[in-house]
Amino acid sequence: MGTLLSIENLSVEFSNYQGTSSVLNHVSLSVNRGEILGLVGESGCGKSVTARCILRLIPAPPGKITSGSIRFAGEDLLSVSPKRMGRVRGREISMIFQEPMSSLNPVFTVGNQMREVVRRHRGLARREADALCTGMLHQVQMPDPEEVLKKYPHELSGGMRQRVMIAMELVCDPQLLIADEPTTALDVTVQGQVLAILTGLSRRRGISVLLITHDMGVVAQVCDRVAVMYAGQVVELAAVEELFARPLHPYTQGLIAAIPDVDPPADDAPGGGARPLFSIPGTVPTLIDRPPGCRFHPRCTVGGPGCARDVPGLCWVTPEHAVACHSSRGGTA
Amino acid sequence: MTPVIQTRDLVKRFHVPGGFLGRHPRRLTAVDHVSLAVRRGETLGLVGESGSGKSTVGNCILRLLAADAGQVLYNGQDILPLKETDFRRLRGRLQVVFQDPQSSLDPRMTVATIVGYPLRLQQGVKGTALEARVLAALADVGLQAEHLHRYPHEFSGGQRQRIGIARALITGPDFIVFDEPTSALDVSVQAQILNLIAGLQRAQGYTYLFISHDLAVVRHISTQIAVMYLGSLVETAPKEAFFRHPYHPYTRALIAAVPRPDPTRRQNLAVLPGDVPSPLQIPSGCRFHTRCPEVMAVCPKVAPPHVEMGPEHWVDCHLYG
Ligand SMILES: Nc1ncnc2c1ncn2[C@@H]1O[C@H](COP(=O)(O)OP(=O)(O)OP(=O)(O)O)[C@@H](O)[C@H]1O
Ligand SMILES: Nc1ncnc2c1ncn2[C@@H]1O[C@H](COP(=O)(O)OP(=O)(O)O)[C@@H](O)[C@H]1O
Ligand code: SF4
Ligand SMILES: [Mg+2]
Ligand SMILES: [Mg+2]
Repeated sequence: MGTLLSIENLSVEFSNYQGTSSVLNHVSLSVNRGEILGLVGESGCGKSVTARCILRLIPAPPGKITSGSIRFAGEDLLSVSPKRMGRVRGREISMIFQEPMSSLNPVFTVGNQMREVVRRHRGLARREADALCTGMLHQVQMPDPEEVLKKYPHELSGGMRQRVMIAMELVCDPQLLIADEPTTALDVTVQGQVLAILTGLSRRRGISVLLITHDMGVVAQVCDRVAVMYAGQVVELAAVEELFARPLHPYTQGLIAAIPDVDPPADDAPGGGARPLFSIPGTVPTLIDRPPGCRFHPRCTVGGPGCARDVPGLCWVTPEHAVACHSSRGGTA
Repeated sequence: MTPVIQTRDLVKRFHVPGGFLGRHPRRLTAVDHVSLAVRRGETLGLVGESGSGKSTVGNCILRLLAADAGQVLYNGQDILPLKETDFRRLRGRLQVVFQDPQSSLDPRMTVATIVGYPLRLQQGVKGTALEARVLAALADVGLQAEHLHRYPHEFSGGQRQRIGIARALITGPDFIVFDEPTSALDVSVQAQILNLIAGLQRAQGYTYLFISHDLAVVRHISTQIAVMYLGSLVETAPKEAFFRHPYHPYTRALIAAVPRPDPTRRQNLAVLPGDVPSPLQIPSGCRFHTRCPEVMAVCPKVAPPHVEMGPEHWVDCHLYG
């Protein structure tokens, strides 16, 4: 396999008139060739900022990368020239977003936009470009690709727009696809279709995927490995089966336990909400009130006094499983 | 026992712009003869994909939208023909909590004003009496006096949803519509709010219509479940029967498409082809026939029968006719 992308100790700050806040704090994670890495966490924990750093799409100011490295296929993306970065973006690393409408131009047809991408990246003539576009749309199981090419983005459903986006990103044959909540805005049956397309493509073409999501169900069903983020830090990193079988961080344990079950247990009692769901006390801290020490400690039920004081580092408990918690590594708290 | 809320053949149509310069508005049937009932102290979970008409049903029941046909019975009385002045007395008994606590709370008002508003408006309560009621409602949802004079933006999403719930509770309702109350929340906070909603019902005997697109959430909170597709109900059943023996092909697909948090059992998630058709062009016969894995020759031609599969378990599908 081998590592394709490796982020180490990435720290990012955002400044405004009220001051500077640290958004990412020593984030480390890696994506292996051909695998799907899930990046999961609650709103505001820094998933999208991490993804944007990879493509150097952080608006600066207000954003600033204060430390760390991002190595992609042996190259440090934080130090390459803007010209080189332009080639990496779109050709070697592609990105799709939650709302594809924001990345599609509303005044051009899908065909216009797809052909433009093909022309820019492949230098093909009109007829060959058309054939390639139709082929790509076939790959994302788009019904009636020729018709779709003639349509404007607003004439397509959310699921179809997301397929167009995936098809467009595939034209350039990227090594890494970053998908930021690609199915969050879709209905569950359409989400299923899009996830099946993404995983199928990754397996068939050996594309690595960094899949950002807040849905532990999606993680369990499509990812090979998982990085769990909380308040700007990676708190746990493991293979997906390992993470669900032996979650080590109290936050990960809580996330898994808080999911309501769709399948009835053997002894399903009548009546609604009969058994309370497990819930993590408190709320996710905002950027300005992130606590010192372990950022999860005010919500944690197992921690000791050390947790409020010392920041736990990410520690490898086994060669495949890392956790940042004082209690979970027989530690210091 | 008379249901607290019952709809009979509820219909709601919208006119949407269409044609050149919008000169030929088209008619869209968002709710098409929906009949459902919610008994006292129970929760009916209404599920379906976006645009299936769930919110429109809720809004018609509360008269936030005017239904085009059908009845809405509250404790047996049809409330749709009531004049606004007569209906006002019932307003406080029928309440609603919306999805997005961000946009449903006025950012310029303090929590005290927001929560007290319906009581002041509908019952003219003022001064210390109002403040006492506001404090009681806040206590019910786990907020305190220190929160009274703060503004919505000072609260997290989960806390804002608590404020929204307090505002619904203050008029002493017996029926509450929850329209996707946890869809905008993180899972760890969603669990807190679901526990709060369930706990309030156990303590006060409230009757709920709980609208959601999340089957796992609905299973957790409901006693009865109804599935909507393109404006129609396709299956209704008590919760246990619903999840043990789902009959409608759409219900089965919805359940199968939920990604389970269990990586040792990988699912085939692509359970249905295509998208939900536009409500401007509802398919003939069974409206699900364009996506149905079990479609038969009769399905596009004839509307499916309404079949009773078990106690209170109804399904609309030719497979069982
Ligand atoms: N341009 C910006 N200026 C200031 N703060 C920002 C900016 N972009 C992001 N942030 C802040 O950085 C933090 C992390 O944001 P990010 O978008 O990465 O979260 P996320 O994990 O992707 O959340 P979500 O699940 O809501 O998409 C948030 O608190 C956000 O408000
Ligand atoms: N005010 C309105 N004007 C026109 N169409 C509407 C309006 N409100 C809802 N609709 C349409 O009615 C259908 C049902 O909508 P809604 O009840 O909001 O669905 P759901 O809550 O299940 O997502 C949709 O097709 C929607 O576009
Ligand atoms: S009536 Fe026919 S098309 Fe409709 S759900 Fe049943 S089998 Fe499928
Ligand atoms: Mg994001
Ligand atoms: Mg709705």
